[in-house]
Amino acid sequence: MRRLINQKPGRGGALMLSMLPFLLVLSAYLYYSHARLAENPGDKLLPAASTIAATVHRYAFEEDERSGEYLWWTDTGASLRRLGIALVISSLAGLGLGLAIGVLPYLRAAIAPFVAALSLIPPLAILPILFIVVGLGELAKVTLIVIGVAPVIVRDLAMRAAELPNEQIIKAQTLGASTWQLVLRVVLPQLWPRLIDALRLCLGSAWLFLIAAEAIASTEGLGYRIFLVRRYLAMDVILPYVAWITVLAFAMDWSLKLLRAKAFAWADSN
Amino acid sequence: MGGFELTQVTVKHLWKEYADQVVLENVNLHVGDHEFVTIVGASGCGKTTFLKMLLGIEVPSRGEFLIDGEPLPSEPGPDRGIVFQRYSLFPHLTVLENLLLGLELRGAPLTGRLFGARRRRAMEKAMPLLESVGLHNSADKYPTQLSGGMQQRLSIAQSVICEPKILLLDEPFGALDPGITSDMHTLILKLWNTHKMTIFMVTHDLKESFALGTRLLVFDKARVDPQAPEAFGATITFNIPLKGQRHAA
Repeated sequence: MRRLINQKPGRGGALMLSMLPFLLVLSAYLYYSHARLAENPGDKLLPAASTIAATVHRYAFEEDERSGEYLWWTDTGASLRRLGIALVISSLAGLGLGLAIGVLPYLRAAIAPFVAALSLIPPLAILPILFIVVGLGELAKVTLIVIGVAPVIVRDLAMRAAELPNEQIIKAQTLGASTWQLVLRVVLPQLWPRLIDALRLCLGSAWLFLIAAEAIASTEGLGYRIFLVRRYLAMDVILPYVAWITVLAFAMDWSLKLLRAKAFAWADSN
Repeated sequence: MGGFELTQVTVKHLWKEYADQVVLENVNLHVGDHEFVTIVGASGCGKTTFLKMLLGIEVPSRGEFLIDGEPLPSEPGPDRGIVFQRYSLFPHLTVLENLLLGLELRGAPLTGRLFGARRRRAMEKAMPLLESVGLHNSADKYPTQLSGGMQQRLSIAQSVICEPKILLLDEPFGALDPGITSDMHTLILKLWNTHKMTIFMVTHDLKESFALGTRLLVFDKARVDPQAPEAFGATITFNIPLKGQRHAA
C-alpha cells in the first residue's frame, strides 16, 4: 500500500470530496431544523428550508410594502458600492504610496514608519471619531474600510517593490532609465499582480469593516439588514443574507484570481 | 555608434575600505580602446567590488576612476552596460520587449514606450540582434520560459542594443551548463568585435579568462598579515596582455 501522502484523488473524486462538507452541514441543518419544528412549530432558531425560500422570494422579487424597493437588491447594491469605492481608493493609495516607499529612500524614511504605525490602529476604535468628524453618511463607512485596508496594502506593495532584485533596478539604469521610467516600466507593471494578491487577502477584513459600519449607522445595506432583523430573531432573513454575503465574497475573490491569471500570465511561472 | 569612439579607462591609486577592512589597495590600471579585460581572483579579493565601482554602485574610498579622462559617475548609466549572473531580465516583458526596453527608454523620456513608426524603427534594429543571439523564434516568450543560456544571451543583447562604451560581465556564464559556455564565448566575441566596446568580465574560470581576453587581470593580496587578515587589501598582482581574438569571429 502506498503512503497516504502519495494517494491522490482524481478530478471527479476531488470534486465530490469538496462537496462533502457542504452537504454534511446542509443535511445537519435540515435534520435539526425538522426536529425542532416538530417539537415547537413556532421555533425561530432554525427555520425550515421552505420558510427561508419564501423569505428570499419576498426580499428579492417582491416590492417592500413601506419603501417600494426590492430590499435584497437595494441592500446588495448599497454594500457593493461602498466596498467597491473603498477598495478602489485603497488600491490607488496602495500603489501610489507603496511605489513611493518601495522605490524612493527619502520617502521611505519619511513615511514608512508613519504608515506602519497607522496600520496598527484598530480601525473600529476610531469609528466613533469618523462618525463625529464626517457624520453618519456614506463617507464614514467608506473611510472606515479605507482606513482598515489601505495601510495593509501600502505596506505589502512597498515590501514587494523593495523585494524586486537589485540586479533589475541596476540593469534598468544601465539601459538609461530615469527614476520615473523605472517606476513606470519596471516596478509598477510588476506590482499589479501583487496588488491583486493583496486585495484578495484584504477582502475578508474589508467585509468586516463594511458590516460593522453598516450595523451601527445605515439605512440600507447587507450588514444593516442583518442587524435590523436581529431584533425579531428573523433567522429566515439572517441566514440567507449571510450565505449571500459569502457568495459575493467568494465571487469577488474568484474573479480577482481569474483576472490575475488572465492578465498577468507572466507572473504565474515565477 | 558610441562604441566606435575610442574608450580609455584609467584607474589611479584606487583604494576601497570599509570600517574595519581594506578590500582594494592602490590599484593602478590603464585599459585602451576595444579591449576584452578578464578579471580573475579568489573569492573575496575585491574583483566584484572593482566591477561595482566601475558600474557606479560602489564609491572608491580614495583614488580616481576615469573614463576618457572624466571621473566615473556615481550611479549606473547607459555608457556602461551590465550582465549579471542572474535576475537581470524583466520577467513581465517578453523577449522582444526586454530587448526593446533600452531603445524605448531612450526614445520616450515621458512614457518609456515607442509607438508607430518609431517603434517599427526600433524593431528593425532589434530583430537582427535577436537573430544573432538566436532568440528570434522566442520573441514572444517570457524570460521564465527560457533556458538559462537563452536568458543570458538575451541579457547580453539587451545591454548591447544600447551601444555602451563599456560592457561589464559579472560571471555571466557561471550558472550555465558547461556544454553551452563555448557557444556563449563565440557569441560574446562576435558581439564584441561587431560593436567594438570595451569589455570587463569577472570570471571564476581561468581557462575562459585566457581564451577570451586581450588582457588578464589577477586580483590578489600582495601582503598578508596572518594576525589581521583584513589589514591589507587586494590589488592587481598580474596584468597580462593576451593575444585575444579580435576579429576572429
